Amino acid sequence: MLIKRPDDIKPSDITDEKIYHQRRAFLQAGSRAALAVAAGAVVPGLMFPGEAAAQVAALQFKKNARFSTDEEINSLKDITRYNNFYEFGTDKKDPAKYAHTLKTDPWNVRVEGEVEKPADYQLEDLIRESQLEERIYRMRCVEAWSMVIPWVGIPLSALIKRFKPTSKARYVEFTTLYDPAQMPGQKRGVLNWPYVEGLRMDEAMHPLTLLAVGLYGKVLPNQNGAPMRLVVPWKYGFKNIKSIVKIRFTETMPNTTWNLSGPQEYGFYANVNPEVDHPRWSQSRERRIGEFFKRKTKMFNGYEEQVASLYSGMDLRHSY
Amino acid sequence: MMMYRMKPALIKPLVFIACLFPLVFGIWAGFTDQLGANPIEEITHRTGDWALRLLLITLAVTPLRRMLGWGWLLRVRRMLGLFAFFYACLHLLTYFVLDQFFDWDEILKDIIKRPYITIGFSAFVLLVPLAVTSTNAMMRRLGKRWGQLHQLVYVVAVFGILHYLWLVKADYLLPLIHAAILLALLLVRAWYQRQALSTRRTAPQTS
Repeated sequence: MLIKRPDDIKPSDITDEKIYHQRRAFLQAGSRAALAVAAGAVVPGLMFPGEAAAQVAALQFKKNARFSTDEEINSLKDITRYNNFYEFGTDKKDPAKYAHTLKTDPWNVRVEGEVEKPADYQLEDLIRESQLEERIYRMRCVEAWSMVIPWVGIPLSALIKRFKPTSKARYVEFTTLYDPAQMPGQKRGVLNWPYVEGLRMDEAMHPLTLLAVGLYGKVLPNQNGAPMRLVVPWKYGFKNIKSIVKIRFTETMPNTTWNLSGPQEYGFYANVNPEVDHPRWSQSRERRIGEFFKRKTKMFNGYEEQVASLYSGMDLRHSY
Repeated sequence: MMMYRMKPALIKPLVFIACLFPLVFGIWAGFTDQLGANPIEEITHRTGDWALRLLLITLAVTPLRRMLGWGWLLRVRRMLGLFAFFYACLHLLTYFVLDQFFDWDEILKDIIKRPYITIGFSAFVLLVPLAVTSTNAMMRRLGKRWGQLHQLVYVVAVFGILHYLWLVKADYLLPLIHAAILLALLLVRAWYQRQALSTRRTAPQTS
């Protein structure tokens, strides 16, 4: 499949009239934040290794109201202490406890495969602070819980256009860092390391698809996939690969980690779909973190209007 | 070890209090906001964990008593088993009330359609007659059949571990540790049983 209307994200789509510049005071921990300001165009938190700096560094961004939900946002505590990030352990409390060993600066991202310009990039070359926008998305985990999260990032499409994929590029494959010294969970073969995820090219180019570097207006905490992670809000959470070190453009469908682990349970598409159950549990309802009663899960996690056309004619029961 | 010899009356209250610890600690964690972002899931896991742990501890009583010669262990076996049942009840109640909030339609569908729930629920159902017949009066009334009935506890343990194994996503370590413990306990029992059998066989010849 060719890139579907690669220019369908016009600048006007992003700079909606509702968007306004928000000058954020650079908060807390004075000296470090001040240095971050001095760093100017680059993402400030990346200047400082270690989690303390990453927790502190605030980002400058535009709010993208058009692509944001107005549902109640989950607390930073919930978002940063309840994580599936098996590279740091399989308990949801593990990432918050152990992710401090991840070193996010410097951060190299290799871009390869079917692109005109395969190259190694430093994170600050890929994402400039002036491009950042905040988007409040629903996140639906395959385990039937969900959150509402204010991400800060850039549309993936903007990056992909810079890389100039060739006409053979039909899929994008992402790879997480593999380094058991930094990611102690990788010492156990719970999954096939490194973690790999992928998108069809039109999914990757969709205006909702985000590369996030921040959360709650600040640099992404390690346990949430620092320094750069994928956010595809209409798919189950495991598609949102974290701590990305490689972006590869391919002609064939990538082998993705959870799909290899349980092909009948985790498909390549993994679109949120209340009609198609996980073989072991129902997907028709979900528990929004912070709520008592379960709510009904919506088709494509409530983004049906925006993304359903990507899958027209497909049997979603088969291509789950 | 000296303590129980001197004050055997203390053993039961001590074990009783120890068995209540997970509950008390859980309630305390709840009131101090330490159950995490998804408290219902956390409560489900904790009560399930303790039901299974106490079941394995109960099954360990007889082999341990034989190996270590701790006679007092037998006196707390019933209490341990009933506490396993108690946490299994809490586990099931958490699922019925907190997780599903009495949505019997969904619950029924789960029990029928989801193998890990089918087997977990079966384990609970099989535990009920064991709890009901745990009194001295019932033991007397059932006589020999009491022992036969209570063999069911092995089935319950196997079902409980399968329930655990079938629900995890990728990390099978903990359920497999439980399975290994159960297997070890069963092997010890089988070994003692064979010994008992062979002594019974050889006994008439020597006398």
